[in-house]
Amino acid sequence: EYSTLSLNRPIVASVGRGHLPAGAAMAADLAWFWCAAACVKLLLAPAYHSTDFEVHRHWLALTSSLPLSRWYADASSPWTLDYPPLFAYFERLLSILAALVDPSMVDIRNHGYDADSAVLFQRLSVVFADLSLLLGAGWAARQLPSGKRRLVYVLVLWSPALLIVDHVHFQYNGLLLGVLLLSIALLTERRDLAGGVAFAVLMCSKHLFAVAAPVYFVYLLRHYCRGGGFQRDLGRFLGMGAAVGVVFVLSFGPFLYHGQVVKVSLWRRMRWVKSEESTQLLLVVLKTMDFLCGIGGFALTGSPPLIFMEQVLRRLFPFGRGLCHAYWAPNFWVITLLLRKLGYNIEIPSASLTGGLVGSSSPFAVLPQISPAISLILVILAMCPCLIMAWKDPQPKYIARWVAYAYTCGFLFGWHVHEKASLHFVIPLAFTAVDSLDDARHYFLLATGTSSLLALVPLL
Amino acid sequence: MGSGRRRKPPPPEKMEEETPLPIWWRASTPAGAGALAAALVALLVRLLVSLGPYSGRGRPPMYGDYEAQRHWMEITLHTPPSEWYRNTSANDLAYWGLDYPPLTAYQSYAHGRLFLQPFAPDSVALLSSRGYETPGSKLLMRWTVLSSDLLVFFPAALYFVYVYCCRQKRGCEGDGTLEWQWLLAMILLNPCLILIDHGHFQYNCISLGFTVGAVAAILAGRELFGSFLFCLALNHKQMSAYFAPAFLGHLFGKCLKRRNPIFQVLRLGIVVLATFAIAWWPYLYSLRAVFEVLSRLAPFERGIYEDYVANFWCSTSIVIKWKKIFTIKSLKFFSSFATVSSLLPSMVQQIKSPSDRGFLYSLLNSSFSFYLFSYQVHEKSILLPLIPASLLALEEPTAFGWFTYYALFSMLPLLHRDGLILQYGALLALFALVYCLLDERHRKEPLMSGKIKLLILLPFLYSVLLHHVYLNLRPSGRYPFLFEALIMILCFSQFVILALYTNIKQWMLPDSPAGIPIEKKDL
Repeated sequence: EYSTLSLNRPIVASVGRGHLPAGAAMAADLAWFWCAAACVKLLLAPAYHSTDFEVHRHWLALTSSLPLSRWYADASSPWTLDYPPLFAYFERLLSILAALVDPSMVDIRNHGYDADSAVLFQRLSVVFADLSLLLGAGWAARQLPSGKRRLVYVLVLWSPALLIVDHVHFQYNGLLLGVLLLSIALLTERRDLAGGVAFAVLMCSKHLFAVAAPVYFVYLLRHYCRGGGFQRDLGRFLGMGAAVGVVFVLSFGPFLYHGQVVKVSLWRRMRWVKSEESTQLLLVVLKTMDFLCGIGGFALTGSPPLIFMEQVLRRLFPFGRGLCHAYWAPNFWVITLLLRKLGYNIEIPSASLTGGLVGSSSPFAVLPQISPAISLILVILAMCPCLIMAWKDPQPKYIARWVAYAYTCGFLFGWHVHEKASLHFVIPLAFTAVDSLDDARHYFLLATGTSSLLALVPLL
Repeated sequence: MGSGRRRKPPPPEKMEEETPLPIWWRASTPAGAGALAAALVALLVRLLVSLGPYSGRGRPPMYGDYEAQRHWMEITLHTPPSEWYRNTSANDLAYWGLDYPPLTAYQSYAHGRLFLQPFAPDSVALLSSRGYETPGSKLLMRWTVLSSDLLVFFPAALYFVYVYCCRQKRGCEGDGTLEWQWLLAMILLNPCLILIDHGHFQYNCISLGFTVGAVAAILAGRELFGSFLFCLALNHKQMSAYFAPAFLGHLFGKCLKRRNPIFQVLRLGIVVLATFAIAWWPYLYSLRAVFEVLSRLAPFERGIYEDYVANFWCSTSIVIKWKKIFTIKSLKFFSSFATVSSLLPSMVQQIKSPSDRGFLYSLLNSSFSFYLFSYQVHEKSILLPLIPASLLALEEPTAFGWFTYYALFSMLPLLHRDGLILQYGALLALFALVYCLLDERHRKEPLMSGKIKLLILLPFLYSVLLHHVYLNLRPSGRYPFLFEALIMILCFSQFVILALYTNIKQWMLPDSPAGIPIEKKDL
C-alpha cells in the first residue's frame, strides 16, 4: 500500500466534491488547476519579456492598421509576420480588443511601445489563450482515472517550460498546444476526421507543427481510410482531403484572392519551395490550388496570382536564417558546430552561425554544407521507424507517443530549430508519462533533466 | 534537499521493515513530498512577488521602508554600535533612524556585509547612497528577505506543523497528511505576510518565524528553548510583545501546576534575562545607552494612530476626535487601560488552566487586543494576530478564512500606494483556491446556520463593492480619504466580531483534567 507514486490516491481534496456529478467534478478540478496556474502567470506579468513581446505587439498593430494584402508584404519593421494566416486572424481579433484598451498599442509607428497597459493586456491575452490548453488537456484526459488525470493536469497546465516560454519570454504556445492536444485526443477517441481537421487548423496557425504531418498522414491513411471496401475508403480519403483543403483555403484563400491569376505554373515560380521542410500534404494542396486558380481565374490578367502566396511562403519559411538559431537548440547540428569550433573550418563567415545574428548563412569551408534538403531528409529518415509502425498497426492509443516522437525527430534534425520547440514533444508526452513508471522516468529525463527545461535557461 | 521527487521509489523489501525511515527518505513519502511541494510553491510565490515594486519606489526625499532598511545597513556597516541609536553627524535620526531593537541592527549588519557590500558597495556607502535604487541592488535586497524567510520562517512553520499534528495524534504519515499539508500551505501562503515582506519590503518573517518556533517548542514541551526563541523575536521587533501576555500566562500557568513553581519560574527568568543580556550587550555599559535605545523603540510623540488603521482609536475618531480632545499622556493611559483590560480575560484563563489549544487561542486574543487598543498601531500590525489565526486554521477554518480576507482588505490602501494591486489580486485568488481544498469532512466545526452565512455574506458583498469603488473612483475634494475610512470601518467591525468570537471560544475550552496533558515526545 505504501508507494511513493500513489497515483490513485486523491492528490487534492476539495470542498463539497461528494455531491457533485462526475462531469461537473472533473470540470471543477480542471478549472482549479487552470485558475491556480493563472494566479502564478499574473504574478509573472512584471517579469522580463523578450523582443517577442514587441513582435506580437507589432503584429497587433500590423493586422489592425494594414489591409490584408499588405500583411505579408510589409517591411516597415524587422519583425515580419512569420506565422500562417490563422494566427494572423487571431492577432486581428486581439487587436480589436487592444484598440479598446489602449489605442497607441496598435499604432504601427510605435516601435518598442511597452507601457504598463500594453504589457498587462498582452500578458492577460496569453493567460486567456491558455484556455485552449485547458480544453485540450481536459478533453484528452477525460478517460483517465482521477489520480492520473490530475497528474496530467499538473504536467500540462503547470508545465514550467510552458510558463517560462509563454509567460516570461512571451509567446502563444499554450493556444496552439491546446489544439494539438485536442487533435491527439480526437484521434485517440477514433474521431479521425475531426482530428485531421484540428491538425489542419494547427498547421495553418503555426507551420512548425507540420513536422508531425507524415505521422498523421500515414496513420489516417491506414486507420481511417481502410477496412470498408475500396469505394468507402476512397470516399473517406477524398473527404479527408477535402476537409483539410477547406481549412487551407479558408486560411490562405484571402491571400490568393488578392492576387490575380496567371497561367504560369507553380513549379517555375516556386523553385525554392522544393528545398523546404514542408510536408507532402501542403505540396499536394498547393499544386491543386494552383491548378484550380490557373483554370478558374483565366479571365483576369496582370501580375502573378501567387505573388502573395509566394510572399506568404517566403515569410513563413525564412531559410536564410541559417542552420542554427542564436541560442542553440540542443539538437544534432550541435555536433557540426562543435566540429567547427574545434577548428575544422578556415574562414569566419560574416553572419556567423554561432552568433546571434539572423542573416544569410555562409558555407563551411571544410565540413559538408548542410542544406534544408538534407535536414528534411534526415528528419524523414528518423521518423521512419515510427511511420513503419503506424503503417503496420495503427492503434489509437499510441498516437500521442508517435506524434511526440515525430516532433522529437523534427527537433533533433530540423532547420533553424528554436529550443522552444522542445515544448512540442514535452507536452504530448505528458499523456504517456502517466502510463507506467518507466514512462514517467523517461519523461522526467526529457522534460527536466536534460533537454527541455535546462535548455530554456540560456533563453532567460 | 529538494530531490525528493527525482529519487527512485524505495525497493519493495523496505515496506516490510519495521525500522522507521531515515530522515532523508522522508522527503519521498507522500507526506514529505507534500510538505516539499508546499514549501516550493510558497518560495515561488515569494520570488514572483519580489519582481514587483516596493514601498517608496522613486519617491524622494524620504522614499519608504525599502530605503529605511537600506539606510540601516549603511549605518550599521559604517558606524560603531554605540552610535547606532544616537544622533551623530554620520547618523541623522530624522532620516529613518533605527527604531527596532538591537537584533534588527545586527541583522542589517549581517545582510549588508554578506549581500550588499560585496556586490554593490555603492548602495551602502555612507551618506552618499541615499535613495540608491538600481535593479541590481533591488535584487540583492530582495534576496536578503528571501534568505531570512527561508532560514527562519520556513523551518519554524514546518516544526510547528510537525509538532501540532503529532500532538493531535493524527499521525504525520497516516490519513491526516492531507490536513497538515493544508495547514502548512495556509501558514506559508499567508498573503499578507508575503505582500508586506516581499512586496512592501520588511523583515517580519524573522520575528514572526521566531515566534512560531517558540510556540512550537512550547507545544513540544521544550519551554526553555521556546522562551529563548521568543526573546529573540522580542529583540528583533518590539511588536512581538503583542504575544507576551499569552506566553506569560501560559508558562506561568504551567509552572504553577508543577511541583516546584518558584524554581520553574526562575529557570525561565534566567533564560529570558540571559537572552536579553546577549542581545543588548553593546548597550549595557551605561543606563543612558539603554534609555537611548528604549526611547527610539517607543515614539509616543507620533500620536495614537497614523493613517487609517482598522483599530478602535482610529475608527472611533470619526465620532470622537481623540487627538484634539485629549493630551498624549491621557491617551497613553486610556490605551494601556483598554489593552490590558481586554487581554486580561484570556491571560487569566491560561493561568488557571493552561492547555495547548488555549495557548494558541490566547496568542490570538492578546495580539488582537493589542491591535485594537494599543498606541501607534500600523496597518501592518494585523500580521501579528493573523499568525496565530493561521496556526489555528484547522480548528477554526471559517474564522481563519474570514479573518485573512479582511486583514488583506484592510491593507488595500497601503498596497495601492505601493503599486502592488496585481500581486494583491493574484495572491488573494491563490489563497482562496488553496483554502477551498479543505474538505467538508475534515472540518471539525458544526455546519453554519443560514443566519450566520448571511452575516458573513453581506459584508463580503459590501467589501467587493468597496474594492471597485476604491480602485476606480475619485473621492470628492471635501473628503479625500472617504474610501479609506469606509474600508477601515468595515474591517474594524469584522475584527471586533472575530475578537469577541475567539475570546468566547477560549473561555469555552474545556478545563484541562488534573495536570496538563504533557506527552513529552522526543522530538
